[in-house]
Order: sequence, then C-alpha cells, then structure tokens
Amino acid sequence: MNYFVIILGAILVNNIVLMQFLGICPFLGVSKRLSTAVGMTGAVAFVMVLATIATYLIQVFILNPLGLAFLQTIAFILVIASLVQLVEIILKKVSPALYQALGIFLPLITTNCAILGVAILTIQKEFNLVEGVIFAASNAVGFGLALTIFAGIREHLDMQNVPKGLKGTPIALITAGILAMAFMGFSGLV
Amino acid sequence: MKSPVLPGNNLDVMDHWKNFSKGFIKENPVFVLLLGMCPTLGVTSSAINGLGMGLATTFVLLMSNIVVSLIKNLIPDKVRIPSFIVIIATFVTVVQLIMEAYVPALYESLGLFIPLIVVNCIVLGRAEAFASKNKIFSSALDGLGIGLGFCFALVLLGGIRELLGSGKIFDITVYPESYVTLLFVLAPGAFIVLGYLIAVINLINKEKGKK
Repeated sequence: MNYFVIILGAILVNNIVLMQFLGICPFLGVSKRLSTAVGMTGAVAFVMVLATIATYLIQVFILNPLGLAFLQTIAFILVIASLVQLVEIILKKVSPALYQALGIFLPLITTNCAILGVAILTIQKEFNLVEGVIFAASNAVGFGLALTIFAGIREHLDMQNVPKGLKGTPIALITAGILAMAFMGFSGLV
Repeated sequence: MKSPVLPGNNLDVMDHWKNFSKGFIKENPVFVLLLGMCPTLGVTSSAINGLGMGLATTFVLLMSNIVVSLIKNLIPDKVRIPSFIVIIATFVTVVQLIMEAYVPALYESLGLFIPLIVVNCIVLGRAEAFASKNKIFSSALDGLGIGLGFCFALVLLGGIRELLGSGKIFDITVYPESYVTLLFVLAPGAFIVLGYLIAVINLINKEKGKK
C-alpha cells in the first residue's frame, strides 16, 4: 500500500515536471517531436534509477558514517556526471541513431535538475533503498508522461495559427500551464 | 585590476559596460536564452523568494566565473566540464551553509532549489562559454551582469505572481485578498505568467532591432 502511494504520488499528484518544476529544460527543449521525447525519457529513466541507487549507497555508507553530509551536493553531482558519461558511451555503441537524435541533450542530462533533485529528495524523505528505487522509477514515468503528452500537443500546435508574438516558447509555456492545471485535478488523490 | 584607458578612447569602458549590461534585456538568461528555467518557475511564488534565489545564484556565478577564469590554463581540455562542475558545487555548498545559518526561513522556503543551483545551466553555461576564454575582470563582470539579469527576471516574475495571486508585493498588501486569483501562486500560474513575459520581452527586443 505504501509503495502504491509513492507511485501514484510521484506520477500524478506531485508530477516532477508540472508540479515540482524539475527537468524543465529537456521538457521545453526536446518536446518538439514525439520520437525524441520518447528517447529522452528512456535515457532519463535509466540514469535516474541508477543515480538514485548510487547516491543512496554513497550517502548511507560513506557520507553519513564519516559525518560528511554537507558534501552531499558535490558528491552527488560527480556520481551523476560519471553515470551520464557511461550511458553516453553505451548508447553511442548500441544505438547510433538514437545517439544522433538526442545530440546535445545527452550531456545535458548531467545538468538535468530532475536527476539530482530525485536523488536528494530520496534522502530527504528518508526512503529505504527499495522505496527509493520505486520513487525514482515512478518519477521517471511521471517525467515521460508529461514529456510525451506535451510533445503530442506541440506537434499539433505547429499546425495551428498562433498569434505572432506568442509563437515558439511563449505559447509552449502557456500550454504547459494549462497542462499543469489539468494535473492539479489529481491533487488530494493520495 | 582596471585596464588602462587611453585618452579619447573609451572603447575599453564600453566593452566592460557591455559585458555587464547585456544580461538584463538583450541576453537575459531567462527571457532570451531560456536557461535556468527550473528555479525560475519553482521559487517565484513571491518576489522575496525570487530575490533570494537570484542573489544566491549571482554569488555562485560571480565566484565560479572568477575561479574558472583564474585556472583556465591549468585545466586539461578533456576534463574541463567535470572540473567546472566541482568548482560550482563547492560554491553552492558555501551558499547552502551560509543561508542555513543566517536566513533559515528563506532557506526553508527555497528548499530543494538551493542545492540545485549546481545544475543551473546558466552557471555552467557562463563558465564554459565565457569565463574559460576571457580575463578575470571581464569574467567577473559577465558573471555579475548575467547573475543580476537572472535576479531581475526572478523578481519580476515573482512580483507579478505575488501581486496577482495574493494581492501583495514584498508582503505589502496592495489590494484586498477577496479579489485575488490563487491560481497564479500555484504551479500553472508560473508557466502562464512566464509565457506572457517572454512574449513581451521578444516584442521589446524586436522593436530595438528595427531601429
């Protein structure tokens, strides 16, 4: 039951993008096409779960016993940066097409606040490792959900007659606002 | 520190002024370059939160730009991004500890977004694009200018949201609470207000370009 609350809470009620404002850069950057949105979601999900496991272990077994909790930010960002490098190397080998498509955004996962945010939140909420993994995975699903819905809307938005001044980013942000309003309907669910 | 200015030639001063002032409208990190969106949307439910976040980021930006510029020749090209990140993370930790000690209320309300300054694309972006190629003084000015531009954007956005959503600015009541639209201090309001603000700034920059 507890896991269910974590899953539902992370995907719908406190959606990481639309309610907590984490990972906005990729949300606006790679949401122009549905296919890149899906690829980005995959990369983020993979890194997010791995990073949460790695940072959790570092916090519990290294930082806490040594009384170095204040080094959290530095330690976590280094772990995440090296993980992203790893994913980049693997993806380059396994799927060059996807690697091409994601282009500049793959290194930028390092500076995707969703990854570091989820890692820190897992520690702050005092989850154990299993809860942490479930929390990270559901946040990744929430990220993917928001990103794919938004990409779908933007593909349609391209064909609409938008007022000149609002073209591009402004209309995308306003659309995201309306999407966030829809997600507010889930509040109070858990 | 100050570079010499030849009489009758204030090009140098002009350059410095440009480095400093470009961050406000022309190259505003939020409105024009669309960087650092997460804290921009996340902490601007009030003007004071926006100001706190803006100043914290400005400090990190200024210090990391100075240090990166100082040691740019010592860092091997291949490991420069990780080195920049460590430098930035150090200053973020400094800010985090200072804020926790002296302004605990603000620290509480900004919450997760303070450690997240480390992944703010603006900071890494300036280190990579400017400080790693320029002298200390211009790098410092660039960091300060971009930081204050970010601050300006955050206070503007926070002010508008606070005014529409709770009828106050910097906690001073402007109009009675029964007229407010609560939506603007909640998540959707952040997206919508920022969308319209960017549209207005686009218009201003376009008008300037015509002249």
